[in-house]
Amino acid sequence: MSAQIRNVVLVDAVRTPFGKAGSMYSGTRADDLMVRAMRGLLERNPLVSPADIDDVAIAAATQTGDQGMNIGRSATLLAGLPKTVPGYSIDRWCAGALTATTTIAGAIAMGAIDIAIAGGVEHMGNHPMGELMDPNPRYLAEKLVEQDALAMGATAERLHDRFPHLTKERADQYAYNSQMKTAKAYADGKIQRDLIPTAARNAELGWGIATVDESPRPTTTMEGLAGLKTPFRPAGRVTAGNSSGLNDGATAALLASEDKAKELGLSIKARLVTFAFAGVEPEVMGYGPVPATIKALGKAGLKIEDIGAFEVNEAFAVQVLAFLDHFGIADDDPRVNPYGGAIAVGHPLASSGVRLMLNLARTFEEKKDVRYGITTMCIGLGMGGTVIWENPHFNGSGSTGGSK
Amino acid sequence: MATAITLPEGAPEEVITHALVRDVDLAPFGFVGNLALITLDNGLDHTRPNTLGAQSLLELDAAITDALSRKPAAIAVIGKPFIFAAGADLSALSFLSKRDQAIAIGKLGHDVFRRLDESGTPSFAFINGLALGGGLEIGLHCNYRTLASTAFTALPEVFLGLIPGWGGATILPKLIGPERAVQVIIGNSLNNNTMMKAKDALNLGVVDAVFEPADFLEKSVSFVAAVLSGSTKIERKDYSADPAWDAALAAGRAAALKKYGGAEIASPMKALELIAAAKGNSRGQGFDAEDAALADLTMTDSLRASLYAFNVIQKKRKKVEGAPKPALGRKVARVGVVGAGLMASQLALLLLRNLKCPVVMTDIDQDRADKGVAWVKNELNKLVEKKRMSAESAARLSLLISGSSDQGVFAGCDFVIEAIFEELSLKQELFKKLEKIVGPECVLATNTSSLSVEKMSEGLEHPERVVGFHFFNPVAVMPLLEVARTSKTDDATTATAVNIGKELKKTMIICKDAPGFVVNRLLTRFMGEITDAVDEGTDPQVADNAMRSIGFPMSPFELLGLVGPGVALHVSETLNANLGPRYRISPTMQAMVKEGVKTFYLRNEDGTYGANPAAVALIHKGTTPSTAEQVRSRALKALAEEARMMLDEGVVSTPAEIDLCMLMGAGWPMHLGGILPFLDREGISESVCGQRFHAPGIASLPQ
Repeated sequence: MSAQIRNVVLVDAVRTPFGKAGSMYSGTRADDLMVRAMRGLLERNPLVSPADIDDVAIAAATQTGDQGMNIGRSATLLAGLPKTVPGYSIDRWCAGALTATTTIAGAIAMGAIDIAIAGGVEHMGNHPMGELMDPNPRYLAEKLVEQDALAMGATAERLHDRFPHLTKERADQYAYNSQMKTAKAYADGKIQRDLIPTAARNAELGWGIATVDESPRPTTTMEGLAGLKTPFRPAGRVTAGNSSGLNDGATAALLASEDKAKELGLSIKARLVTFAFAGVEPEVMGYGPVPATIKALGKAGLKIEDIGAFEVNEAFAVQVLAFLDHFGIADDDPRVNPYGGAIAVGHPLASSGVRLMLNLARTFEEKKDVRYGITTMCIGLGMGGTVIWENPHFNGSGSTGGSK
Repeated sequence: MATAITLPEGAPEEVITHALVRDVDLAPFGFVGNLALITLDNGLDHTRPNTLGAQSLLELDAAITDALSRKPAAIAVIGKPFIFAAGADLSALSFLSKRDQAIAIGKLGHDVFRRLDESGTPSFAFINGLALGGGLEIGLHCNYRTLASTAFTALPEVFLGLIPGWGGATILPKLIGPERAVQVIIGNSLNNNTMMKAKDALNLGVVDAVFEPADFLEKSVSFVAAVLSGSTKIERKDYSADPAWDAALAAGRAAALKKYGGAEIASPMKALELIAAAKGNSRGQGFDAEDAALADLTMTDSLRASLYAFNVIQKKRKKVEGAPKPALGRKVARVGVVGAGLMASQLALLLLRNLKCPVVMTDIDQDRADKGVAWVKNELNKLVEKKRMSAESAARLSLLISGSSDQGVFAGCDFVIEAIFEELSLKQELFKKLEKIVGPECVLATNTSSLSVEKMSEGLEHPERVVGFHFFNPVAVMPLLEVARTSKTDDATTATAVNIGKELKKTMIICKDAPGFVVNRLLTRFMGEITDAVDEGTDPQVADNAMRSIGFPMSPFELLGLVGPGVALHVSETLNANLGPRYRISPTMQAMVKEGVKTFYLRNEDGTYGANPAAVALIHKGTTPSTAEQVRSRALKALAEEARMMLDEGVVSTPAEIDLCMLMGAGWPMHLGGILPFLDREGISESVCGQRFHAPGIASLPQ
């Protein structure tokens, strides 16, 4: 019997509020954050019996301590799912949850599983970037990469070097816009919809419940951004203001075959078209979304003009600008990150992929004239990943989705 | 408002449970407004639970003020991870010297806790973990309670000689009705301090909702929003006209009397009074009555003895007085039990369940050995049926137990315990035989209750490996294990024995090898005085009931029925031979054994007990009867005399070990402090021995 390709759909996605690293979640374990996201997801989808979950793929960039012990299986047990439900761990650094999604999707598409959870967690307070990292000395001895490749801020400076027209001012303006879009989205109650209130205990403050992201700075000004230090090089362009921060958070998505979703009467928030990952030089890892998107569009037989909604992870403003610049999209194109992005809400590394998906799903609901959207992100050590999604609510005709 | 009170002199510094306040936005949970959430946290991990002393109460008071000042939609109290609060800080209680101080402690608790009910702002307790006594009472003052599904709760005050005096005795009966309140406050406390599982607490109505621990706080906050918005309604019943009050109180009274052999012990009686009053009083009146009752109890020697006993039990459970370093103990991977009778089979089961290593039993023929093994396997099956053991564990253990008529199977054992007939020469012969089979380091233990362990080791090549290992019947239930050292027993042997005892989860004392060790020596001396009185012509009912008011769990003759006249006579004969004529041999007992009369009391058809005519007919009738008061006096004096002799002889090194033995080995009650604090406060110690066993204030009110 041969496998048959089946449609894969996003049923739902949620996340914990994102905290600043070591701040509101300083007394909360990473696995507890993950458990909370998973339980919140299942609670929102009571038609799914936990025993029917075929697999659980959870990403973390640092897989030790409270993110270790095979966090996929461990979080499944801790979340109280039946012991019959398996789980595994995924790592593709920042694209962890995105890769958990595509890996699960692959298994669904080929008929191995019907319904599963993909998610990611990163507690950067408990696990600072680069924790326990032990780069092979050959990297530098054989000049496989330059020193800059291992410091993400330095790779962003290198993008500014490569594309001098992507100035600091443009990066700051992009960052400012991201903050404003997030502030508006919060004011309109659009972000809170997918946040799972999460218990957060702090030894000094006692128990509390995180209900909103901790990082957004709605009072950001261009002047303020202009005055920030450039910690990665003297007279550089990359600042704390035009980069994502260091964050703690978890995300979880429910994926299913379209048949299974319909059989159970589940919501269908997005239909997966295809995906691609691509490598670039590690020194300019932020450029990764460009070749990844070109590859994915090619596989889907689509053109960039067909894409009506973009969720681009904002590791650094310049890296988003490089992507937009390549495809000839304006810095402030309203199709891009309408609710703001990681610069405002934060980027708990391996968890961010699913956050892009849940935002895209909301855009799909709101813009029924949009047919296709993408989620894309850059990945440390020189990669990009792109997933193309189709809007199940699409009510137009033809393949153009680029409406305004 | 609550006012500060100073700690009594000498009291240890309070480990303060801090009360921290934070706002929680209820909007994501469906209600517009804030919850002011108070966290109780002493800053230490779960091994040092939150407790509530005077400073902690004041911090909670300040936190409630802070919380209310935020004008929240509701306030809630939660504990630190795994622990809500384990109750009042008892350490200061032992140092209170004035009734006023006791009143002040009670009142302070009430003054703080009642604000949770009286502020006008809906209040919730999120009982996320263990909540005992005053901890649970915080919850009872709140308007609503949620409970984590894994959390245990209890009002154990009566077990400790107190009453739930921070509102529990008044609020709980009003909340859940008299029957259930009596069960929680009296029944559970007196039944080995049983705690409620979450589903019990929910079914009893002690809490309103139970949530899994994984997102307990979030679910509890959801519950708050649902209650505030009216989508969840919690109905409260008015029990003031409930017809069950009289029956419930009578049942509570009966349970308390039964527990203490018919004696009216103060704490359950006072608790019942408070529960009875809750039928019609206001909360405030109830709280005042609680303050008075708590102060009355606190200012008694009985309570001080209870607190002393509680501390002794807690401490000695962890640390065995006089034990060599555990590291000196040898590895035990194969165990032998000589004998396959009931006692031996019980020992085999206990060792098997806890050590989980091969256990071999022997008896004089294969049939008997097989019978012992079959008994053990059957017990394992019963445990599986009762869901107290998994089928897999039982299967594993069943493969580890075996029986034989050939003692050669003891080869390779690290520990062999004998439970054969109580006859010295048989045991001596056995140990000599075993020595040829086992290696030189194998511990040879005896479960003898009164024979000389030293003599059993005489003539052995390695007498240093012989140790007394004395259990109490039934061995799986009774918590005490007496480890008896001979003059030759070495530290490695003692350490091995103690390590095994720890694995068996026993409370241990290490005593010198002396006839009857501790418990049997005292009990036999005590019983001897009663049988003597009867033999001298005292009416047996008078003699047997002479000590009812003290509160022993059973009368001497009830105990005799449990032990059996045969065993009791044998022990008294051995002690008579070894300790002297103060251990007399009762002609009545001899006659009962000879005629096969096993009990002094018979159960009537209606469940009551009456004198067994067969036993009454055998009573040796002397001509010098005693009064009840005389019997009581001579029995207690005998205890004091014997205890002093044991300390002088160095059978054990401290009075606390004797108390521990009587608490854990004889089940004597905490309000006697075991026994020595009671003898001290009755003036018996001084009149018999010229000195007290414990300095004033240790297990009694300070002078």
